[in-house]
Amino acid sequence: MIQLQAPFTEDKIRALKTGDMVEITGVVFTGRDAVHKWIHDGNEPPVSLKDGIIYHCGPVVVKQEGKWVVTAAGPTTSIREEPYQAGIIEKYGLRAVIGKGGMGEKTRLACAKFGCVYLHAVGGAAQVLAEAIKEVETVYGLEQFGSPEAIWQLRVEKFPVVVTIDAHGRSLHKEIEASSSEKLAEIFSTIKK
Amino acid sequence: MNSTPDVPDVQAVAASSGVSSSKLYETFIEVIRKTSTELPQDVIDCIEAGKKTEEKDSRGAYAMGIITQNIGLAKVKSQPLCQDTGSILFYIHYPSHLDAEVISETARQAVAEATKKGYLRQNSVDSLTGKNNGTNVGPGSPTLHLEPWKKSHFDIRLMLKGGGCENVGAQYSLPDTRIGAGRDISGVKKCILDAVQQAQGKGCGPGVLGVTIGGDRATGYLSSKEQLLRKMNDTNPNPELAKLEKECTDAANELGIGPMGFGGKTTLMGTKVNALNRLPASFFVSISYMCWAYRRQGAEISADGTIQKWLY
Repeated sequence: MIQLQAPFTEDKIRALKTGDMVEITGVVFTGRDAVHKWIHDGNEPPVSLKDGIIYHCGPVVVKQEGKWVVTAAGPTTSIREEPYQAGIIEKYGLRAVIGKGGMGEKTRLACAKFGCVYLHAVGGAAQVLAEAIKEVETVYGLEQFGSPEAIWQLRVEKFPVVVTIDAHGRSLHKEIEASSSEKLAEIFSTIKK
Repeated sequence: MNSTPDVPDVQAVAASSGVSSSKLYETFIEVIRKTSTELPQDVIDCIEAGKKTEEKDSRGAYAMGIITQNIGLAKVKSQPLCQDTGSILFYIHYPSHLDAEVISETARQAVAEATKKGYLRQNSVDSLTGKNNGTNVGPGSPTLHLEPWKKSHFDIRLMLKGGGCENVGAQYSLPDTRIGAGRDISGVKKCILDAVQQAQGKGCGPGVLGVTIGGDRATGYLSSKEQLLRKMNDTNPNPELAKLEKECTDAANELGIGPMGFGGKTTLMGTKVNALNRLPASFFVSISYMCWAYRRQGAEISADGTIQKWLY
């Protein structure tokens, strides 16, 4: 198990390899469909994403005794941000993207070129992941985007993920898709007409 | 249809209907809570079995470990297992002398209240305006399938199906030249395996498939979801379909996609197939993918709304 701790420098990110199991400690920002499109449309993000981590997540957040508390926070499907992610990595210097289901070629190439990784959280594991979120530091765009789509600034500790796209051009998604496709062709050839 | 009162007034609605809907209202909320926070034992058993097949210290074992930890945690905290509390699909049989409209309205108000209590995320969006009224009640939500029957009790089942797995569902029209699938059981098998390959890890596997052969486009998908109401360890009464189910699950687990698409042995936990009649001109294979967070529950409920026993 590799510990990835803030600050998330390019060196630390480049040292990660596809398939590594990692625990993250530091600050991450949630951002999903509305925020990605909004930034892509030319709006400046309200926080600095330099050496930052974006988490594709629409958390359930409630106010308890005047403080925001995350009660469920699993990843959402990342591929919807594929049109926007590479541009945001390049322009704002993102170092990691957390999500689920993987991303496509544009993102893979941007990760390699600018030193970023895609980290896969376990989809559906809303409670385990919420436990790793120790504090909601602040929130941006709550009115504008609504709670699930807002930018939540979260302090996480030992947040569990797997590197599935590294900064060296490798993508576990691409590799498994290729190997399973080969296996499927083999199975198809044995299915009688 | 769009307006939902903040304070449920079910008793007033029920006054002349013969449904003790105040009790039924509480029961609906409990069914929603239990469905959202606890997996049924038959599903847990399959996840445990899958976990054992993954190699020690592998990514697949890591994912399965987090999954089982999450199942335990959600139950203890009585919090949603997954933050995507999904499409809200009710399958209700009710004593035929009762008023279906009151039952439907009671269900809708229970959904709004369960959302307020945090058992459901504010998860239903107006498709034209993008607005979310925060109640989960609106056109098509919750989805209520009501059927009257002669028995004196209710059978209420609920499935919460998240968007990740719903998005990887697929419908094939045979013959399909892309995958070389003809209009026979071999063709059906190819469709099923191709759907698993296309889904990769995006449906939050290890998954379970509900499959319907035949029907029209709408009834095919509808019926494929109903297959997911079956228990994991049941046996299809049709021997040909039972064989197909087993063969598909076994073959899918050779693909190596594994939990969350990380690679590994557990790609699919089960396949449930039924067949509907079709038109001579049509041959659909409709496939609904259910994620590991397979939230389904149900209860036998007396006419006064009291839960008699859980069904899963």
